[in-house]
Amino acid sequence: MKLPLQEIAGLAQRLTRPVQFMEVCGTHTMAAYRSGLHQLLPPNVRLLSGPGCPVCVTDPSYIDAAIELAGHPDIIVATFGDLLRVPGSDSSLEQERAAGANVRIVYSPSDALVLARECPSKKVVFLGVGFETTAPTVAWAISQAALDDRKNFFVLCAHKTMPQAMDALLHGQAVKIDGFICPGHVSVITGAQMYRFICERYRIPCVVTGFEPWDILSAIKMLLRQVVEGRAEVENEYSRSVSEAGNPVAQRLMAQVFEPCDVVWRGIGTIPGSGLRIRKEYARFDAAVALDVTFVEARVNPSCLCGTVMRGMATPFDCRLFGRACSPSHPIGPCMVSSEGVCAACFKYEKRAAA
Amino acid sequence: MCLAVPARIVELRETTATISVDGALRDVDVSLIEEPRLGDYVLIHAGFAIHKWEQSEVEELEEIRSATA
Repeated sequence: MKLPLQEIAGLAQRLTRPVQFMEVCGTHTMAAYRSGLHQLLPPNVRLLSGPGCPVCVTDPSYIDAAIELAGHPDIIVATFGDLLRVPGSDSSLEQERAAGANVRIVYSPSDALVLARECPSKKVVFLGVGFETTAPTVAWAISQAALDDRKNFFVLCAHKTMPQAMDALLHGQAVKIDGFICPGHVSVITGAQMYRFICERYRIPCVVTGFEPWDILSAIKMLLRQVVEGRAEVENEYSRSVSEAGNPVAQRLMAQVFEPCDVVWRGIGTIPGSGLRIRKEYARFDAAVALDVTFVEARVNPSCLCGTVMRGMATPFDCRLFGRACSPSHPIGPCMVSSEGVCAACFKYEKRAAA
Repeated sequence: MCLAVPARIVELRETTATISVDGALRDVDVSLIEEPRLGDYVLIHAGFAIHKWEQSEVEELEEIRSATA
């Protein structure tokens, strides 16, 4: 099977103006940089990275709140590993752990539930960060905790949903987007139909795709064809995993445990209806309610451009901290911390090439 | 991080499945998929199977991977 580079070049020649396509999935960002796709594209086709890294869009006040919880001797904070090094106002969970705070890395929300069963004298707080792919797994853990009548399991919930962020980016018009490369595994849960409103409201084509270089290039080819033919539709390149309607079991569980809410995206601001909060019926597992967590506006380095980068309005090279004060070993912004962050991907795969 | 690696169910106990990825084994939860069966290929995220792959879908992935091998 050949990469569709010739077809992309042929379609690009038919464009009447340069185009910019945005990917909104951290794994797509990483895959694109790792395989050098940016260099393979014709000069009039540009790939932008959007807010697809869940760790990167988490507001630093959330990190501060998690650090505050981890300071209590009767609390164990359980988290996916990629949140550990994200800087809050003054510290990170990793630094707090080194200083003695009880922070455990788990592979799955179900592991956090097992931890709560094994440590009945402690309160286990799982940090619920992620998009539609992760939210059902956390919903499952909360529903199980309810069945078990577990008294020492809580979730500090910061889940977000992607279509509303895509809507906000287009609505804000800060950056010209000619097509979306839609996330693969978010779409496994939501189904490809989720993006239809974007095509209808903004006349922007959307293509759902997988994570192989072939998948991403095929999505770019399909977007180009839509632009050239004047179409704006949802097309599904990733039909081996993504159906039109998505995963019904996961959708039911999410709707049972969570409800939509307004939420702050780091660097972007509040996006209406783009968050998931725990429903009242499950409030006893909501760390924000049950443990009375307060979120205080955080301090961030004013020179950090992560927010602008995540809106596609700048590249990491535009940030004066990038590669100097901010590097994977000393990250300042979240996009340099996470393995899915655009600065980390750019530093790893392009900075050396440029040096 | 989305890992799009097909994992085969080699053992099934209620809602827990042991999966094999190129011979490496681990346990995952199968509560989020309908009718998991021994031998099914599944997509894993955060310790949960979130999708069942058809055999033809696994073969399609192998073919796609050969494009950049």
